[in-house]
Amino acid sequence: MTRYPRWKFFLLLAALVVCGLYALPNLYPDAPAIQISHADAGGEVNEMTRQRVLSALDTAGLQHGPGETVGTSLLVRLSDTEAQLRARELASETLGDNYVVALNLAATTPDWLRSIGASPMNLGLDLRGGVHFLLQVDMDAVVSSRMEAWAGNAKLTLRDAGVRYRNVDVDGTTLTVTFADQVAADAARAPLRQALDKFTMKPAGDGPETVLVLNDSALKEMQDYAVDQNRTALNKRVNELGVAEAVVQRQGADRIVVQLPGIQDASQARRILGRTATLEFRLVDNGVSAARLRTGMAPPGLEFFPFKGQEGRIVALNKSKIATGDQVIDARMGFDQQSGSPEVNVTLDADGAKRMQRITGKNVGNPMGVLFIETKTDVKKVEGDDGKMMDKMISTTDKYVINVATIQDTLGSRFRITGLDNPAEASELALLLRAGSLAAPVSIVEERTVGPSLGAENIEAGLKSMALGLALVLVFMIAWYKLFGIIANVALLGNLVIIIGIMSLIPGATLTLPGIAGIVLTVGMAVDANVLIFERIKEDLRRGLNPRQAIEEGYARAFTTILDANITTLIVAVILFAAGTGSVQGFAVTLFIGILTSMFTAIIGTRAMAEMIYGRGARAPAKLSI
Amino acid sequence: MSKATMNINFMGARKPLGILSLLLVVASVVLLVTRGLNLGLDFTGGTTVVVKSPVDVELSQARADLAASGFTDAVVQHYGSPKEVNVRVAPKDGANADEVGYDVFAALKLHNEELELLKVEFVGPQVGDELRDESGTAMLLALGLMMIYVWFRFSNKFGVATVVALFHDVIIVLGIFSLVQWPFDLTVLAAVLALIGYSLNDSIVVADRIREDFRNSRQNEPEKIINSAVNATFSRTINTSLTTLLVLVALYFFGGEVMRAFSEALLVGVFVGTYSSIYVVSNILFMMKVSKEDFLIPEPEEIEEMP
Repeated sequence: MTRYPRWKFFLLLAALVVCGLYALPNLYPDAPAIQISHADAGGEVNEMTRQRVLSALDTAGLQHGPGETVGTSLLVRLSDTEAQLRARELASETLGDNYVVALNLAATTPDWLRSIGASPMNLGLDLRGGVHFLLQVDMDAVVSSRMEAWAGNAKLTLRDAGVRYRNVDVDGTTLTVTFADQVAADAARAPLRQALDKFTMKPAGDGPETVLVLNDSALKEMQDYAVDQNRTALNKRVNELGVAEAVVQRQGADRIVVQLPGIQDASQARRILGRTATLEFRLVDNGVSAARLRTGMAPPGLEFFPFKGQEGRIVALNKSKIATGDQVIDARMGFDQQSGSPEVNVTLDADGAKRMQRITGKNVGNPMGVLFIETKTDVKKVEGDDGKMMDKMISTTDKYVINVATIQDTLGSRFRITGLDNPAEASELALLLRAGSLAAPVSIVEERTVGPSLGAENIEAGLKSMALGLALVLVFMIAWYKLFGIIANVALLGNLVIIIGIMSLIPGATLTLPGIAGIVLTVGMAVDANVLIFERIKEDLRRGLNPRQAIEEGYARAFTTILDANITTLIVAVILFAAGTGSVQGFAVTLFIGILTSMFTAIIGTRAMAEMIYGRGARAPAKLSI
Repeated sequence: MSKATMNINFMGARKPLGILSLLLVVASVVLLVTRGLNLGLDFTGGTTVVVKSPVDVELSQARADLAASGFTDAVVQHYGSPKEVNVRVAPKDGANADEVGYDVFAALKLHNEELELLKVEFVGPQVGDELRDESGTAMLLALGLMMIYVWFRFSNKFGVATVVALFHDVIIVLGIFSLVQWPFDLTVLAAVLALIGYSLNDSIVVADRIREDFRNSRQNEPEKIINSAVNATFSRTINTSLTTLLVLVALYFFGGEVMRAFSEALLVGVFVGTYSSIYVVSNILFMMKVSKEDFLIPEPEEIEEMP
């Protein structure tokens, strides 16, 4: 037989079989479906609901599957995306507010393929439609709110230590504590240093004051925490929407990407995601006179807020927070057993519970208020330092009290919010609390919506151009290189199978339209390695080498050139991936994989085939078909 | 059999083509400075709305409807077919920048009930600015790394020559984009970066051969050696460009509107890249007086695993 190492044949065969197997599921594209789940977490969709939905679909004359149970929700397959949209409307109308109906995709991959973990490639939003958001976390708000808390902490520490101070000022990441005299300033140093260990104490200035600057590492930690907390909260909200394969990812220092495939109603998604609401539980101070409330000038330690829905009613709240929305781990709507009025049952995390217990224990009989904070962000033109007009994100925050209730008893990790007007309001508050409030306001800096029909068109166009380009290249190669052209073509097709297999295997890889462009381009450039080799072989034949020597020499001498040429393209792909976002990354991934696999198939693959045809075992060929 | 070997005197036209390259680069720079690029949404920020209608859309009517809703600065264009329209509006101050897209759609829908919303894209101005800076950095980084790689693998003269060729290609392609005012967005940027890879690929194949010929031949006359190296690799250069072009043409005609600008950039790029791998690289090598001495270092590494 041939002297060409046998393991290379096996490697080739193994790569082809494995990648082929994992590429197979792409022949079974996901089918459009609607997913129905109960609005309350944990609620199930029962048989009666299933019948109601199916009969509604039948009445409308929509073709549909029998409906299968996936976890606690119901998945109904539909014939196409148009029927899917229609079906969602119908199902929402039929079932009302107690259910969430989301667009989804149902896998059609056969079980035996699924059992080995094979699944189709993830398709990008540009190929199947959906909404993409890029959210910016407002870091200034994070910093200023935490600095306020630390200022409060400093005051508390000084009070506990019995040191009299005049004022605690916050400026950016700096706290300045002013004292009446130098003695007090000196006495304050030790307790302050201990209580505010994330700050660096600056040498005192002229007056009796102490300046504390937040450490950079603490600042970064704080920002990381805020972004991560927001990501978690957004993730919960997306889950509440019931979207399959949604993506919530951090991007860079202060941004979060949210992708909702299949969602068409961007405004609905935006309402839920962009609602940068948070809640705070604070003590109410009833000792403030009505006249004082009207002036709007709150005494130290207090803040005035309007009461939602009650014109002119002002509530005085304590500045310090008992608990905040991000400490809520569960919230459910319920009804008071005696009065039958709606309420929300809240469960706090350990930290929140501890504070709640401590503070409510001392304040039984006093009222506690729930403050609702909502932030909207607009882009405004402002005059920059250089006199030029520039765009600036300006956030406006609305704060109002939504509920005041008397503390009946020491509250622990569980308590109720009562006094809500109607069940709808209670259910919305529960959802908002459950979905977790955002640690910092976010604003949408980028939004892309692609309709499903455009997605389908994009796929079709991508595949069509790929097929045509491939066909043209195949014909050209045969016309120019004859038998060797056929060898190169087989390698090229094998290359495609391997690319698709690898793309399907990598969990995070997503095929986008630029990704298809990347594959198409690899098809064009993949033959380059073979063209190089074949031209070398031709040249060697002209130099008078015998066919076998020519093959040997051709492959050997072209190899370093191919390596040099491809490594440079790999570098480009890596840079594209590192520096790019979304679509550019999609292109980079396919380009990268394409170059690697094409080197593999074009060098090892074609050589193996050439050896089989003109190998040492066979009679020495007098002529090569090249 | 040596009759079949090509022997075109490529280097004969070296000087006039060098001047042509120089002129093209200067013209491109002038165009870029005076006219600029028709930057897409990714880079400028703003809102793009693509709609589809069952009947042909009158652009003037659409513009009037938009103006009536306050979008006087909207850019309204047909998108692929007269039934599809692309509307771009600049970032707007005032409320809810991210809802502008739906206002645009509502305005267009006034005179066309059946209108279908295909795509809405909103990109905040901040993202736009950042992307522009990041992309510029990415491109320079790519070029820088290329230079280091070639320097390392070949010699400093080749490093300079190939990178000058890359700058030459990128500037001319950008110049053409500026001249024709094709929209330049992120996908086109990906194409330009891919072009860097492609063009370098081409240059390296030629450079590899030049190095080989310098080492193997006894004579030391750069013009002859480069000429024979270009000749030896010429059919490969043409064939590879051809297969790539075939695919790009397919992409251009059938890839849909989104892929058009991408394929345009690469179509132009393949021509410029092929040309530069032959003429620009060799011209620079001549200017730097490349000689046999540049390759005297023994071939550093024989790669063990030959195919």
